[in-house]
Amino acid sequence: MLVQALIKPNTYFDSVSLMSLSTKANQIEEVEQAIIAMGTEMNKEVMKNVGLMTPEVEAAGASDLMIVVKAETDELCETAFEKINDLFTKKNSGKKGKNDIKYSTISSAAGSNPEANLAIIAVNGAYAAREAKKALENDLHVMMFSDNVGIEDEIELKKLAHEKGLLMMGPDCGTAIIGNTALCFANAVRKGNIGIVGASGTGSQEVSVRVHEFGYGISQLIGTGGRDLKEEVGGIMMLDGIQALEDDEETKVIVVISKPPAPSVEEKVLAKIKTCKKPVVVWFVGGNEEKITEAGAHFAKMSKEAALKAVLLAGADESKLNKRALNIPLIEEVRTKLTPEQKYVRGLFSGGTLCDEAMHAAMDKFDNVYSNIQRNPEYRLKDRYTSQEHTFIDFGDDEYTQGKPHPMIDPSTRLERFIQEAKDPSVGVIVMDFVIGYGAHEDPVGAFLPAIIEAKQQAEQEGRHLEVIGYVLGTELDPQDYEEQINKLLAADVTHASSMQNAGLLAREFVVKGE
Amino acid sequence: MSRISDLFKSRPHVINVGIESFKDDLLQQGSEVIHLEWTPPGRGNPALIAALDKFENPAILEKIEAANKLAVERIINSHPVLVGYDQAINCVPGMTKTTILHAGPPITWDKMNGPMRGAITGAIVFEGLAKDVEEAAKLAASGEITFSPCHEHNCVGSMAGVTSASMFMHIVENKTYGNIAYTNLSEQLAKILRMGANDQSVIDRLIWMRDVFGPILRDAMKLNPNGIDLRLMLAQALHMGDECHNRNVAGTTLLIQALTPYILQTDYTIEQKKEVFDFVASSDYFSGPTWMAMAKCALDAAHGIENSTVVTTMARNGVEFGIRVSGLPGNTWFTGPAQKVIGPMFAGYKPEDSGLDIGDSAITETYGFGGFAMATAPAIVALVGGTVEDAIGYSTKMKEITTTENPNVTIPLLDFMGLPTGIDVRKVVQTGIMPVINTAIAHKDAGIGMIGAGITYPPVEAFEKALQALSENIN
Repeated sequence: MLVQALIKPNTYFDSVSLMSLSTKANQIEEVEQAIIAMGTEMNKEVMKNVGLMTPEVEAAGASDLMIVVKAETDELCETAFEKINDLFTKKNSGKKGKNDIKYSTISSAAGSNPEANLAIIAVNGAYAAREAKKALENDLHVMMFSDNVGIEDEIELKKLAHEKGLLMMGPDCGTAIIGNTALCFANAVRKGNIGIVGASGTGSQEVSVRVHEFGYGISQLIGTGGRDLKEEVGGIMMLDGIQALEDDEETKVIVVISKPPAPSVEEKVLAKIKTCKKPVVVWFVGGNEEKITEAGAHFAKMSKEAALKAVLLAGADESKLNKRALNIPLIEEVRTKLTPEQKYVRGLFSGGTLCDEAMHAAMDKFDNVYSNIQRNPEYRLKDRYTSQEHTFIDFGDDEYTQGKPHPMIDPSTRLERFIQEAKDPSVGVIVMDFVIGYGAHEDPVGAFLPAIIEAKQQAEQEGRHLEVIGYVLGTELDPQDYEEQINKLLAADVTHASSMQNAGLLAREFVVKGE
Repeated sequence: MSRISDLFKSRPHVINVGIESFKDDLLQQGSEVIHLEWTPPGRGNPALIAALDKFENPAILEKIEAANKLAVERIINSHPVLVGYDQAINCVPGMTKTTILHAGPPITWDKMNGPMRGAITGAIVFEGLAKDVEEAAKLAASGEITFSPCHEHNCVGSMAGVTSASMFMHIVENKTYGNIAYTNLSEQLAKILRMGANDQSVIDRLIWMRDVFGPILRDAMKLNPNGIDLRLMLAQALHMGDECHNRNVAGTTLLIQALTPYILQTDYTIEQKKEVFDFVASSDYFSGPTWMAMAKCALDAAHGIENSTVVTTMARNGVEFGIRVSGLPGNTWFTGPAQKVIGPMFAGYKPEDSGLDIGDSAITETYGFGGFAMATAPAIVALVGGTVEDAIGYSTKMKEITTTENPNVTIPLLDFMGLPTGIDVRKVVQTGIMPVINTAIAHKDAGIGMIGAGITYPPVEAFEKALQALSENIN
């Protein structure tokens, strides 16, 4: 073992830096032991005690820097000295200055950033209400993505927001577009004059992309959270949202989207719409036309219809719109491909309202439509793993996520189910949504493609045609490549539907027998 | 509705809590977004969350805020002045010839760690109560020695904090509130009693400090009618690149400069005075204890304010880390296990040689300097990870868990931000951010001494226990 010393005369480093450098020097592979220190009497004493004394060290003065290395060979000592020299020069390079301040509480972040105006709360539901309250107290609008928040908390938060003139979007609100900025799960759409208030995230996304496709745009898209129109909550955010859009100069037409509200809430919402000075289109998925028309609102039975009515009210020339009518010859063609046993539709959805819309389309023609989101308990799925006749599954429902991320992010559960359904000889059509946009999977179609191709081949070998309908919810402005998603579907011989409305109708029509 | 129309007219400027990809999506759209470093409050413990929620009740909140305002006012307005030096037996309340004060919360001999035992046996020999450390250990175990925390005697003690009757103490008087704080003298570095060393060289040094160093300082200060303004001097030292816990170069220079004219006027020999100057010059640490007494003096004035959640003491005995809170008066300690200190070490020592965090020196962080003022001391950023950004980060982060800033003592690099002042138990439990402490590392065995320096944090349990006690007390 060799001990070598390198003395740098009149070179000062403070003791803390030298301790740090010594620690690093001792981690160098070639080094058995190393000390970097100033040549003070005390340090020289240490060198002696640990057996690193050399004549050079003995001669060093208090203002000289000593680098002493113990290593196997001369060569290794040399390499070690080089690496130690690097330590001295490396000190200032590397890391670039990241001076952004980290905040841990909403209050401190808001206090130091008075221009902040909105908080997104996406933490475990057990903690979400506390954070939302803090945000409101700091005069921030809130978008609460978290679910599993108590309904009492929701009511308290919404009342507080209402008093303060703030938006309280959620809990369980996944979609909003504010100031042309997509929040959480939303699509990149043109800025325009159609405002949306939606209690359903994917329903709002669907209408926003249809409006975009018709060449119009969205002024604001306000989410309310799925429970807002329940009796207990009383539609606080929906009512404030309609008012906000009525007051907003940019907004010319308002679209209201929800599942059918509780009767008392429906009354309040319709009363509000009745006094609204702007035209309002109402799409209550599976809702009642009469009351809505009575309130002076424009009834939409389905999503594309809602978007179409909105753009017409905003002044669109109907003759110039591509309304994307259903492809009737295609329906005839697919019907002939299916065997008499292939009677059923299986809808596998990542979007709750997309599922709801397709399910309602089927319910208009069939009685035996089952789902995990059926309002009528008789038609609720008995076993979530087993389909019954026509089955529509919303995989975003808690019972299917079970601690996994939402199916718009993690396709695995839905993918497994697709493989299972494809093997069922009573299945004629499998219809699925592929949602892109902010927040969503980077390549949702790609995740399904191998399984779709394989399932179709398998069915072919078994002597049946497996019809798959895919709908891509998105726009050409989204971060993912919209066209590419569609092309991937077409390449796998999937029927591409141009809207959720068309997807639901096609699925239904494909399995109608004997018309 | 004007707030909503304001929002519609501008773009969202978002505070994002939780899922980080939402932040990335917003940045991609060119939005301004602040992503919180969020963790579940109280580590998700429902009892702690209930306590935090209780404190949000407007009537209770108002009481706490008013109490904390008073507490930090008392910390900030405290004006600690060094008025003299004397032997502990002459000035420290409750001191007897067989009393030994130690750092941290209460602890019995059988539970003490190596450095603490080393220091105590050394002190017993120094006081002439035993002929050697073996005999001293027997005496310590016999029950004839009274052990008590420095903090319960208006004192603080660095590292083991061992303080015995004939040791000389700083006497620091609070000119605003009248209370007095004490601490013993620096033995300089590194093989010293407070680090657990106790051989003859250590005892000899203590004897010299008792017979020459202490008396000279005592007599010098008798000639100084105004005392030395420690708050002003602390502010100067911070502006000169100290953080006054681990870097004391500037503070020591200022302090000895203030003492020198009076030392020169004392009746001791030139030889003895030169010994004093040489001793002070042998280590930058001379003023280290002085700042601790200064901080103790200010924080004692803020202790015992009903309903206050401000921390007035953080101290460690090498086994446990204890805190005291203003609203829970007297000697009510909340403790958790002392933690490891992580940082560079003297050559020849390894992390496994380290004793656990020890000493009353965290009183400096409790006041707002030391680790809280890392941004004032770029020269020692190696202690905290190596970059000036890291150092600034520590100082700004401490604002998250404190009540206000101290305008009397400022940090130039942060646009003269005042020291983060008044650690709030609620905020610590809420955010999970622990006060950062930079400190020395003592060898885990008795008799060796200092082997490095670095940073450490208190155990969260101490704050959680305090929060629950506060919740029971404040109604």
